[in-house]
Amino acid sequence: MTARTASLWQFRQPSVIPGFGLALGVTLSWLILIILIPLSGLAWRSSALGWSTFWALATDQRTINALRISFGTAFVAALVNVVFGVILAWVLVRYRFPGKRIIDAMVDLPFALPTAVAGIALTTLYAPNGWIGSLLSPLGIKIAFTPIGIVFALVFVGLPFVVRTVQPIMEEIDKEVEEAAATLGANRFQTISRVLLPGLAPAVLTGFALAFARGVGEYGSVIFIAGNLPYISEIAPLLIVIRLEEFNYPAATAIAAVMLIISFAMLLIINMIQAWSRRRYGYGA
Amino acid sequence: MEVRVQNIRKEFSRFPALNDVSLDIRSGELIALLGPSGSGKTTLLRLIAGLESPTEGTVYFGNEDASRKTVQQRNIGFVFQHYALFRHMTVLDNVSFGLTIRPSGRRPAKAEIRKRALELLDLVQLSGLEKRYPAQLSGGQRQRVALARAMAVEPNVLLLDEPFGALDAQVRKELRRWLREIHDRTGHTTVFVTHDQDEALELADRVVVMSKGKIEQIGTPDEIYDTPNSPFVFGFIGQSNILPVRVENGQLWIKDHSIGVSAQGEADGPAQLYFRPHDIELLEGNGGCIAGVVTVTRRVAGTRHVELDIGGANSRVEIELPPEKVTSDHSRVAFRPTRWKLFRD
Repeated sequence: MTARTASLWQFRQPSVIPGFGLALGVTLSWLILIILIPLSGLAWRSSALGWSTFWALATDQRTINALRISFGTAFVAALVNVVFGVILAWVLVRYRFPGKRIIDAMVDLPFALPTAVAGIALTTLYAPNGWIGSLLSPLGIKIAFTPIGIVFALVFVGLPFVVRTVQPIMEEIDKEVEEAAATLGANRFQTISRVLLPGLAPAVLTGFALAFARGVGEYGSVIFIAGNLPYISEIAPLLIVIRLEEFNYPAATAIAAVMLIISFAMLLIINMIQAWSRRRYGYGA
Repeated sequence: MEVRVQNIRKEFSRFPALNDVSLDIRSGELIALLGPSGSGKTTLLRLIAGLESPTEGTVYFGNEDASRKTVQQRNIGFVFQHYALFRHMTVLDNVSFGLTIRPSGRRPAKAEIRKRALELLDLVQLSGLEKRYPAQLSGGQRQRVALARAMAVEPNVLLLDEPFGALDAQVRKELRRWLREIHDRTGHTTVFVTHDQDEALELADRVVVMSKGKIEQIGTPDEIYDTPNSPFVFGFIGQSNILPVRVENGQLWIKDHSIGVSAQGEADGPAQLYFRPHDIELLEGNGGCIAGVVTVTRRVAGTRHVELDIGGANSRVEIELPPEKVTSDHSRVAFRPTRWKLFRD
């Protein structure tokens, strides 16, 4: 125990690789330059608004709806990605089949593709006169130009985050663990639900957080498919752009500040859950 | 429960891993499957468990044909070399897993499961650690959790695949003794796989020596050590020396001189003489002995290992002497095997 407390105080640990001071210095200056200064600029700007103005701008009905749509669709899209991303990762890790490498490479496409391209492609597919949209519109289902369309676009951009975080952890799963469950009498469903998935939980959570964060900030692919109807399918980042174009900087700052606070709080919570589960199960430690 | 393996054959993509293997395991027995890697011992264990299915042949549990049953239905306990614990569960949850997943009709009450798991943890001397996670335990402790988990389902037979293989020598020795105690106390029919002959001879009621997908010999540790029935078993178990000899008129000859060992009833002709380094007597004089020049001596614990060059091809022989018998290099030593066996090609 004493050794533990001592090492807490001993900030700098001996290492074979020198340059701790330099590396930390570079890291901190870089973080300050890239993240902290722009964000504090935002905070400073919005604090200049004064509390009552800020509150009035932040609680404007159009702003609230835009925030709700942004976070709501990002949340739903991240959930969808968790389900299908885990299945996709499973198939890629567990089975050998022709074309596996191609599928594996395809997963990364949303990383590389300009999001506007994705948005336009999705819109042409799902618009009422598009390939899929024209099949669905007689049934009364509208996808493009509704929040459902936004979810579709966000599912597209978020998929690789889940697959790529879950895949390596899945590869680590020992086949013996499944066999152990089977010898103890567990059927396949029990093995998956009680042994495999709980073991993957921290990785799935990380993938979810990344996909969610990406979805909240996504702009390019969404604006094409969303239709951007105020109060209905207008996302918060777009509203910020609209306010900027109106030279309404206080409103833009206020929306941005609210987004920042919510995102930061959510990511912090997810990170804490992850750190806790990691500590408990001893992964990566 | 008694387990019978009958004429089992197992091929992995046309490569035979087991070839016509039959084995009877009596109820309550502790059996070791011993062999070098690639001998098929783990495959045999996994076939009994139902983790592999045989290409041909049958496995009986009691009088029941178990071959058609899945792993889940066979109700066995399996312990893996690398523990295979569920790392997101506490020790207690790991041990109770087999009971908690039973369908509600056969599942004991929650309090009952907990009681049983705690009893098992007590048996494997891990009381007080039930709230820990596997990552917080040492290797030896993890393997004991794995054993408790396997025993929780009251298995028909307990199967252990190199259970101590991943542990260091000291812990391994301790766990060996402890496994024997547990076996004597609980009386589970137990089969374990090992490539460590000491482990097999020390722990098992009977040892099954395997090589190249076949059973070479089945017997008690004494039988296996004292009367090996094939050159492979002789060579694989313990230390041994091999010398080419000739049988002539009931005497053993190396080249042109008799070594003073009578082999009554053996047919004349060339043969291989097998004997263990410690089954010898030292002699004075020249006739009726094997004589050689000391090349290396090593002190190993309570004995002195002496390597002799007796001249000619294949001429290195190792014998064990009491430590107080000091031999200097290049000095001449004469001896005669007291226990030996002849094998012919």
